Amino acid sequence: MKMDLIQPFIGSLDAVLAEMMHEPASIADLAMEEDGYRRKGLAAEVTFKGQIEGRIILDMEPRAAAKVASYLAGADVDPSEPMVSEAVSELANMVIGNAVTQLNDRGFQFKVFPPALLTQEQCAKAGSDSEATVLCFATACGNVYLNIAMKYHARRSRERSPMAVA
Amino acid sequence: MKQFEPLSRKDQQPVRYLIVDDSVFARKSLAKMVESFGGQVAGEAGDGCTAITEYARTKPDIVLMDITMPQMEGIEAVERIVQEHPEARVVMVSSVGYQDNILAALQKGARHFVQKPVKPDALYEIIRYVLNDDAVPVGATEAK
Repeated sequence: MKMDLIQPFIGSLDAVLAEMMHEPASIADLAMEEDGYRRKGLAAEVTFKGQIEGRIILDMEPRAAAKVASYLAGADVDPSEPMVSEAVSELANMVIGNAVTQLNDRGFQFKVFPPALLTQEQCAKAGSDSEATVLCFATACGNVYLNIAMKYHARRSRERSPMAVA
Repeated sequence: MKQFEPLSRKDQQPVRYLIVDDSVFARKSLAKMVESFGGQVAGEAGDGCTAITEYARTKPDIVLMDITMPQMEGIEAVERIVQEHPEARVVMVSSVGYQDNILAALQKGARHFVQKPVKPDALYEIIRYVLNDDAVPVGATEAK
């Protein structure tokens, strides 16, 4: 997977977490995964189609998710409250939306679908020829994981480009 | 949350808002912001279809509209609302803020765009700008 496609997601998550948690987040681990993703906490998935296709999962340990929920709700939210899952979904929407904006402004065309909460422990593989990059961000309230599995369709990009005239 | 100089309509009634977003959290967060501006939430909707009916029912002064939503997306909802109500003032509020999206929304009749996460100061200035002369700070109406 091209690193320049991943970088906007890292920058976006970092910026959004810094604003919501008022604390810095650092990358604690980076791994490649070929199998389906095993959920670690509360997770939401966003899919996209176009020149770039794939899916991104934002997965948060409950305490980290509750911190974000408290920021969004403007009041303390307990990690066990159902609204915490909804906060993860909204955070995924913000992080991925901001990153997609950067990629789109660089010329990549694709459509983003609304986030969906992941309820199963084990998620299916993103695609038969896809490998996922899993980033673990450490925060004071627990880890936040970003699972990125996407492909760049160079052929579709060329098809949409205007033909050169000799 | 920071308190802003409250904005009111010319008739001294609070500015009324319709908040459209599929995320309950986003709606709650925006509702708190507009209340800190002295506004009133006239209605909420979780998708574009509901937004159209809620607009007709509540006739708000401002609509805050998300883009990526199930059933009907925000840009199509703006087009339909503005077709039926050319006076509608719609501000797009979305995390997806690329140029094509903003341009499409403005072409369909949206008045402005705010990127998520929304900063209250930015939203307040945009609302003042979009309402133009139709809203004034409460202090200004009391002084008259």
